[in-house]
Amino acid sequence: MSAIVEEYDVVVIGAGHAGCEAALASARLGLETIIFTVSVDSIALMPCNPNIGGSSKGHIVKEIDALGGEMGKNIDKTFIQSKMLNLSKGPAVHSLRAQADKAEYSKSMRKILENTDNLTVRQAEVVEILAENNVIRGVRTFSGATYNCKSVVLCTGTYLKSRCIYGDVSSYTGPNGLQSADYLTESLKNLGIEIQRFKTGTPARIDKRSIDFSKMEEQFGDERVVPFSFSTDPETVQIKQASCWLTYTNEETHRIIRENLDRSPLYSGMIEGTGPRYCPSIEDKVVKFADKDRHQVFIEPEGLYTNEMYVGGMSSSLPEDVQHKMYRSVAGLENAKIVRNAYAIEYDCINPRQLNPTLEFKQIQGLFSGGQFNGSSGYEEAAGQGLVAGINAALKIQGREMLILDRSESYIGVLIDDLVTKENKEPYRMMTSRAEYRLLLRQDNADLRLMKKGYEVGLVSEQQYNSLINKENQIAAEIKRLENTNIGASKEVQSLLEIKESTPLKTGTTLAELIRRPELSYEILEPLDKERPQLAADVIEQININIKYDGYIRRQLKQVEHFKSLENKKIPAELDFLNIDGLRKEAKQKLDLYKPLSIGQASRISGVSPADISVLLVYLEQYRHNAKKQDMR
Amino acid sequence: MKTDTIAAIATAMSNSGIGIVRISGSDSLEIIDNIYRSRIAGKRLSEADSHTVHYGYICDGEDVIDEVIVLLMKGPNSFTREDVVEIDCHGGVLVTKKILETVIKYGARPAEPGEFTKRAFLNGRIDLSQAEAVIDVINAKNDFALKSSVSQLKGAVHDKITEMRSRIIYNIAFIESALDDPEHVSIEGYGEKLLVEVEKLLIELKNLLKSADNGRIIKEGIQTVIVGKPNAGKSSLLNLLVGEERAIVTDIAGTTRDVLEESIQLGGVSLTIMDTAGIRNTEDVVEKIGVERAREYSLKADLIIYVVDSSTDLDENDEEIIQMIKEKKAVVLLNKSDLTMVTTEEMLEKKTDHRIIQISAKENRGIEILEETLKDMFFSGEISFNDEVYITNIRQKNLIQEAYESLEMVKKSILEEMPEDFYSIDLMSAYESLGSIIGEKAEEDLVNEIFSKFCTGK
Repeated sequence: MSAIVEEYDVVVIGAGHAGCEAALASARLGLETIIFTVSVDSIALMPCNPNIGGSSKGHIVKEIDALGGEMGKNIDKTFIQSKMLNLSKGPAVHSLRAQADKAEYSKSMRKILENTDNLTVRQAEVVEILAENNVIRGVRTFSGATYNCKSVVLCTGTYLKSRCIYGDVSSYTGPNGLQSADYLTESLKNLGIEIQRFKTGTPARIDKRSIDFSKMEEQFGDERVVPFSFSTDPETVQIKQASCWLTYTNEETHRIIRENLDRSPLYSGMIEGTGPRYCPSIEDKVVKFADKDRHQVFIEPEGLYTNEMYVGGMSSSLPEDVQHKMYRSVAGLENAKIVRNAYAIEYDCINPRQLNPTLEFKQIQGLFSGGQFNGSSGYEEAAGQGLVAGINAALKIQGREMLILDRSESYIGVLIDDLVTKENKEPYRMMTSRAEYRLLLRQDNADLRLMKKGYEVGLVSEQQYNSLINKENQIAAEIKRLENTNIGASKEVQSLLEIKESTPLKTGTTLAELIRRPELSYEILEPLDKERPQLAADVIEQININIKYDGYIRRQLKQVEHFKSLENKKIPAELDFLNIDGLRKEAKQKLDLYKPLSIGQASRISGVSPADISVLLVYLEQYRHNAKKQDMR
Repeated sequence: MKTDTIAAIATAMSNSGIGIVRISGSDSLEIIDNIYRSRIAGKRLSEADSHTVHYGYICDGEDVIDEVIVLLMKGPNSFTREDVVEIDCHGGVLVTKKILETVIKYGARPAEPGEFTKRAFLNGRIDLSQAEAVIDVINAKNDFALKSSVSQLKGAVHDKITEMRSRIIYNIAFIESALDDPEHVSIEGYGEKLLVEVEKLLIELKNLLKSADNGRIIKEGIQTVIVGKPNAGKSSLLNLLVGEERAIVTDIAGTTRDVLEESIQLGGVSLTIMDTAGIRNTEDVVEKIGVERAREYSLKADLIIYVVDSSTDLDENDEEIIQMIKEKKAVVLLNKSDLTMVTTEEMLEKKTDHRIIQISAKENRGIEILEETLKDMFFSGEISFNDEVYITNIRQKNLIQEAYESLEMVKKSILEEMPEDFYSIDLMSAYESLGSIIGEKAEEDLVNEIFSKFCTGK
């Protein structure tokens, strides 16, 4: 019997949101790449909510775009409604969210994958990772074919030994009844990789024709849509948008749920996986927040060419008959016909502390991973990791320095650092509160933060890079001009201030000082500013933000300086933490478990105290000194 | 982190000799310029030569704190290789402490335990082969600081800070859940509500700061434990000491009274006195806990006052106490000297080397002798206590001040109608500063609070 043997540089396992970004990045960097999926028809599938972005997740999509990833471009082509959330709040928490046409999103991404040079799409189940002496050699598929390669990126999402459950019905399938991947877990365990089991869930889909929308509140998209991608022409996204609908659960819904709690697999112990607290099932909400007499329910279209509607806010794993009654108790859903049941899904994933911030396994050279497999949740979080894992899988082969994003420059950096450095007991979801430097990590400046990195990696074009530099220069020059342009308390000035209900000037000031007033802005001051250059809207936005929030931004920059100084103190990989005498026992064990790459990372591990860090610093200094002495001999 | 310039008291804290406050870091010279006054008008130490000595005064604005000698050691020719300034003052606990506080007010931060040594090492001033020794210093000092920061903090203050923190984190969690899920949670008009809460917190912190000024945040006097078997007259002694005019005992506003601990000044020496349950072998569970605590406190105490009931015989309980205090600094008070003495000074002298004083708590006799004795012991250096305690207090006061400033920023943001997300940034800083006082890191607190208190998510 002879089996196929093929040669590739990079193998990507899984073609969800992480896998697509990983494969595209690697192929675009010039490496021969193959992406495996259990079904080519399910490339970039959105098995849960029909939207991309939202609070902090929208930031991640923008960052993916600035680094040269695909998600932002793809949603710009396939969205059916778009909203900038939190517009009344500060610029750091403005978040873009778009409803996707799921089928179009998937189709469009598949087209991109299929037409990318160096990229092969292959339908097959990978059952074994081949490694020798802890170095990646290749993978083997269910049919016995071998694909030799130098790097593997695991993006298996929720497919490893997955099980879907509602009531007492359970089936060993992936989402949407797709085939699960049942063999890979064993292979990973054989490589010494620690596996854990997580759980998540999704609500029912309901036939649009059976919904009475007159009992619901219509939710519109923004009048002027902002694209996700920095390379999308804003004019191309001003489309006719679809609506979402808002309704509520009520006492009757809650009664039905309470009366049937004993039939929920979560409460009966049938589900063992750890579920996310931020994405609670409706039964969890009713139990935990018993004092609330209603919960919001968002009815969202799954696409333009389907009647299926997603019932946001009501994910569940209750039995079918209870689901039926429960959904029908909601205003507007009295006659609802369920197309797909709500279900919970359990799956194998890893404890991500086994990874370096490059997303390479500490123990296995050339093995990378991204997405839900790493214990995260959400399409955007998955894509962000997939991109970094794919980039690094390629950079490693090219012998270049791998990409590590830190907490002070991106949400993706926060995401990865949290995953690899902190205890993670549930699927990890991004939130703006997780980013300590969030004033700097805005969605509006993702390009300024990251496009240079994308260019250095090789995923951002020369042309894009040049226009970024141009933008930077324009912003800096204009801010300088505004800080230095004096303005007197002339009649013209006072009358404009009066119209804008702003306190009149007592003495001369600068244009920048005026922009700092909450009621004023760069645009409003135009009549007073004769020498103003012509600037694009995105440049003006940066000028406004940087001047208005100058004090806060400076404070954060100062914090970042301190952060960076610790981040830049690297810890040699060969350091044996267990042998450092002055460390407390708990610190030794934790440091040995996480093997941090820098003092900064070490300081974020729970159980490592400031005194331990001092000891580590002193030890490192001596260690370096001794190493140098040995070199000299 | 506000600054990287550190300061600490470099001498042992006692009421004699001189006190030295040491500053190290890039802002050292700027700080000394701001607080040093010479007789020569306009003299600036930053412009003086390195390794010179200067006579003058340390002032906080218009207030002159002390007459001092200042030593300048500019980097790299200093212990830490940074700019180092040493202020030699007249000594005395209060003055030295006040100078350190002034240095901190003008931009330094209290040094971490062992930080001067650490810097000296990291900047190559100490032979690199001595890493182990440096690590030992860090660990030893840190152990003490940890012990003192937790055990020295008064129970009521701990409770108060914990309570304030829970209010702060609740408000952050509310704002954050609204930012995270704006379609589920609305925070329209929240600023006004938050302002009320922030103003309350500011007043409470102000009270805490005042308490810190009066040394009532931590037990910074000589840790003194009164022991003795039941009915020996321990409590009457305490009442006597505390009830007199010389006692300074006040509650921290808004906190419950910590009945076990009292701060008093006796002959110019500050003592933190803990009354304990009488020591005797007991099967009564509640009392047993009390006895255990008495033993525990005695072990940690700087000074033990052992009260003997002279109207009864010494029994096995007394024997046990005498054993317990053998290795400790202690004074034996022979109480009830107004009654017929069954146990005499001579009998005790055979059993213990500690000083013995006859008193009558009931008739208020012998207290002056106790006072004199304590003074002698203190100024002769027989009883002293670790200066880290003072540093701890200053560090904690500094943290309360930081929390206060953060909340002031929140107030400012609300009044300037900044968007809500700006509030939570400074609220979080306040939460973290207060957490450091009670030795708690923020870690996942916020995320946990959001998920447990607010219903968000799809």
